[in-house]
Amino acid sequence: MPTFVYMTRCDGCGHCVDICPSDIMHIDPTYRRAYNIEPNMCWECYSCVKACPHHAIDVRGYADFAPLGHSVRVIRDEEKGVIAWRIKSRNGENDLNLLAPITTKPWGQHIPQLANQPAPSQEMRDSQLLFNEPKYIRLDDGDIHTLESNGLEMKEGVYY
Amino acid sequence: MGYKTIIEDNIDILVAGAGLGGTGAAFEARYWGKDKKIVIAEKANIDRSGAVAQGLYAINCYMGTRFGENNPEDHVRYARIDLMGMVREDLLFDMARHVDSAVHQFEEWGMPIMRNPKTGSYLREGRWQIMIHGESYKPMVAKAAKKSADKVYNRICVTHLLMDESKENRVAGAVGFNVRTGDYHVFKSKAVVVGAGGASNIFKPRSVGEGAGRVWYAPWSSGSAYGLMIGAGAKMTQMENRIVLARFKDGYGPVGAYFLHLKTYTQNCDGEEYESKWFPALEKMVGKAYLDTEASHVSHRPIPTCLRNHAFINEVASGKGPIHMVTMEAFQDPHLEEIGWHNFLGMTVGQAVLWAATDVNPKHENPELTTSEPYVMGSHATGCGAWCSGPEDISPDEYFWGYNRMTTVEGLFGAGDAVGGTPHAFSSGSFTEGRLAAKAACKYIDDGKAQGIRVSDEQINRRKEEIFKPMEHYKIYRNEIVAGSVNPNYINPRQGLDRLQKLMDEYAGGVTVNYMTNEKLLHIGLKKMKYLEEDLEKVAAENVHELLRAWELKHRHLTSEAVFHHTLFRKETRWPGYYYRGDAMKVDDDNWHVLTVSHRDPQTGDYTMEKAPLYHLVGDIEDKALAELHAKKD
Ligand SMILES: Cc1cc2nc3c(=O)[nH]c(=O)nc-3n(C[C@H](O)[C@H](O)[C@H](O)COP(=O)(O)OP(=O)(O)OC[C@H]3O[C@@H](n4cnc5c(N)ncnc54)[C@H](O)[C@@H]3O)c2cc1C
Ligand code: SF4
Ligand code: SF4
Repeated sequence: MPTFVYMTRCDGCGHCVDICPSDIMHIDPTYRRAYNIEPNMCWECYSCVKACPHHAIDVRGYADFAPLGHSVRVIRDEEKGVIAWRIKSRNGENDLNLLAPITTKPWGQHIPQLANQPAPSQEMRDSQLLFNEPKYIRLDDGDIHTLESNGLEMKEGVYY
Repeated sequence: MGYKTIIEDNIDILVAGAGLGGTGAAFEARYWGKDKKIVIAEKANIDRSGAVAQGLYAINCYMGTRFGENNPEDHVRYARIDLMGMVREDLLFDMARHVDSAVHQFEEWGMPIMRNPKTGSYLREGRWQIMIHGESYKPMVAKAAKKSADKVYNRICVTHLLMDESKENRVAGAVGFNVRTGDYHVFKSKAVVVGAGGASNIFKPRSVGEGAGRVWYAPWSSGSAYGLMIGAGAKMTQMENRIVLARFKDGYGPVGAYFLHLKTYTQNCDGEEYESKWFPALEKMVGKAYLDTEASHVSHRPIPTCLRNHAFINEVASGKGPIHMVTMEAFQDPHLEEIGWHNFLGMTVGQAVLWAATDVNPKHENPELTTSEPYVMGSHATGCGAWCSGPEDISPDEYFWGYNRMTTVEGLFGAGDAVGGTPHAFSSGSFTEGRLAAKAACKYIDDGKAQGIRVSDEQINRRKEEIFKPMEHYKIYRNEIVAGSVNPNYINPRQGLDRLQKLMDEYAGGVTVNYMTNEKLLHIGLKKMKYLEEDLEKVAAENVHELLRAWELKHRHLTSEAVFHHTLFRKETRWPGYYYRGDAMKVDDDNWHVLTVSHRDPQTGDYTMEKAPLYHLVGDIEDKALAELHAKKD
C-alpha cells in the first residue's frame, strides 16, 4: 500500500507529514498518529520512512501486483553520512544488506553562501558566464565554449 | 471561506516549484542579485520534492570536457539524433557548455561521485552518464537553494501566475494556497522562474487500484509548469512529443545502468534478439537519415530511443512477449549484482520492493520489461515545454528575444521540464537551466524591464474566489445527497483524473490502443476535453488536500489539451514508439522538419498553431568512422 504506520511505534511527531512530497501522510484525528490517506498516490519514495525517528513506517508493496511477505527497510544517517538498506525476499532466499554513502563531507557545510561572494564585475554580467565559471567548467584555464571556439557556424533555418 | 490572505510583496525573483531547475535558479540568483529578494514557493517540502525526491544513482548529463571526453556539440548531436531531429540546438548547446560546472560544484558540496580507479575520471555509466551515490541529491541542492533564498514557502500549491495590468503580456508574480492551512498566498514579483516540473498521470497508467501511484515519473508531477505557463498565455513547443519508457515491469525501475554499465541486454520469449528484424521496415517509415543500422554499427551512432521502443512494442504485439532483460550473466559478478540493486534503491525503491515481493533474483532469472504509459515532460529523452529565448551569442533571430530561458511572456522564465526543445538535460541540465534563467532574470530586472508593474485588488480577489471555488461547490451541494461520492452537481478530483486519463489513453495514443491515434480520434478527444473543462468548473473538494488534487487536475487538463492540439497539428509519425498517427504513418521531412509552437489565448481558450524553423548548428558527421562510411558511398 505503499506506506503504513505501526500503531505502537508512532508517537505522532509529524516528521513524515512534513516531508511527504505527495501530501498523503496525515495525522489521524482520533488516534493522533500518522497514516497514509491516499495510497494510490504513493510513489514508495521512502522519504517518510527515512524521516521517521521511530522507524514506525514501513512499506507493503502495491496490492495490485506485489504479493505479501517481503521487506525493504532503511536507515539513513546524516551524521555518519551513510544509508543502510536491508532487502528480504518473500521466500527468504534473498537477504541483502547494502550500504551507500550519502555525502563525502560534513552535511551541507561546503555549500557556499553566495551572498558573501565578491560581487560579479560588469564584464562578467555581460558575458555568458555563471558563478564560478569559466574555472569550474573545465577546472583549467580554458574558457567557455562558443560557436566560434568550437568551429561551428549558424546555418540557415529549415522551415520544411 | 475563512482563509487568510497572505501577501508577500516586493519580490524580485519568485521561484515557482523548486525541484532541480528551481533550486538551481534560487541558488544562482543570489550571486547576480546580491540585494534582490528571492523567494521560493513550493507545493511540497523542497528537501524531498519533485522527480528526484528519492534520489538518483546517476547524473545523466555530464560532458567531461575536463577529462577530454566530450564537447557540447557532441551532446547536441546526440540529443538531436535521439529526438529524430526535433530539438532547439541553441538551448542544448548552451546547457551543455555549462553543465559540467554544476556537477563539479556538486562534488565540492559533498556529492559522492564514483571514480574510475584506472583513469581517475568519473566512473561512466555510458557516454553521457556518470555514477553517483545520490540518495541525498535533493536535500543537497535544497540546502544550496535555502542558503541563497530570502524565504522558502513550503506547501504552497501555485495555481496561477499574476499578470501585470499596466503592460500587456508581462508577468507580475503568482498566487496559490497553503495545502495544510488553506491560506491564500499572493506573491508579487518582478520576475518568475517556473520550475514546477513535468506531467505524470495524464495518460491512464498500466497500474490499477492501489498501485496507481507507481508511475515512472513521480505521481506529484502534475504538469504544473505547463498549466501555469499555458494559463498565462506563454507559447509552448513540441507538446506532442510525449515519452514512453521501456522499463522493468510494474516497478518501472531504471534500465540505464543495466544496459550501459552491467551490459545486460534484451531478448524475446524465445531467447532471441528481436530489434534488428523490425528495423528494415522501420527504416522505410522514418528514412535513412534517422535509422541507418549500418552507420550506427560502425560509428556507435545511437539508435533513437523511440525506435527501439517501436521494436519492443511490435515484438510484443506479434506474440513474442514478454521481453526479458538478460541479467543472469552480469549478476554472477557480486560487484555488479550489488550495483544492480543499489541502482534501484538510489532512485526507484519500489522496484526493489517488487522484486523482493515476487522473489525475483536476477542472478537466477531474467526479469520482465514493459513499455510504460506516455509522459509529458521536457528534460528526459523528450522535449515538451515552453518556447523560450536562447542565449544572445548562439541563438538565431527567431530563437532570441532578449533574455535566456525567458518565455514569450515578459519576465516569465523556465527551467528543467518547463523549457521546450531541450531533451536530455536530466537532473544536472535542469539545475543548470535554472542557473541560466536566474542570471537572465536578474539582468531583466536590472535593465529596468520590470518597472511600473501594477496588480489590482480585483485580480487578486478574482483569483482567490476561483481557487477556493471547488470547496464552495462542495459545501453547497454536498448535503443534497445522503452520503458517498455520487452527486449530480459535481465530480471529485479523482473522478476527474480518471476521466482525463481514460480519454487521453483512448484518443491521444495511450497503452490500451498501442500508442495509436489519428485525426478523427483527436477531434473526438478534444470535444470530450471541452466537456471535461466544463465539469472542472464544478469539481468539488471536501478539504484542502482535495483542493490540491483539484488544482493538480486542472494543470494536467491544460497540459493535455496542448498535447491534443500539437498532436493534431503535426501530421506525421515523427517518433514511432512514442506515438503513431495512423493516418500519417511516416516521417515527413518535406513538411514537418520544423518545431511546433502553440498559443492558447488566455481570454478565449482558443488555440493557434504555427511552425517554427529548425536551425542546425552542428554538422551531421558524428565521428571519423561515419565520415569514412559516407565518403565510401559517395
Ligand atoms: C525514476 C526517475 C529516474 C531518473 N533518473 C535520472 C538519472 O539517473 N539521472 C538524471 O540526471 N536524471 C534522472 N531523472 C530525471 C530528473 O529527475 C529530471 O530531469 C529533473 O528532476 C527535472 O527537473 P525539474 O526541476 O524540471 O522538475 P522536478 O525536479 O520534478 O521539480 C518540480 C518541482 O515543482 C514542484 N511543483 C509542482 N507543481 C507545483 C505547483 N503547482 N506549485 C508549486 N510547486 C510545484 C514540485 O513539488 C517539485 O519540487 C530521473 C527521473 C525519474 C522520475
Ligand atoms: S514520523 Fe514516524 S513517529 Fe512521527 S508521526 Fe510519522 S510515523 Fe509517527
Ligand atoms: S513513500 Fe513517499 S509518497 Fe509514499 S507516503 Fe512516504 S513520503 Fe509519501
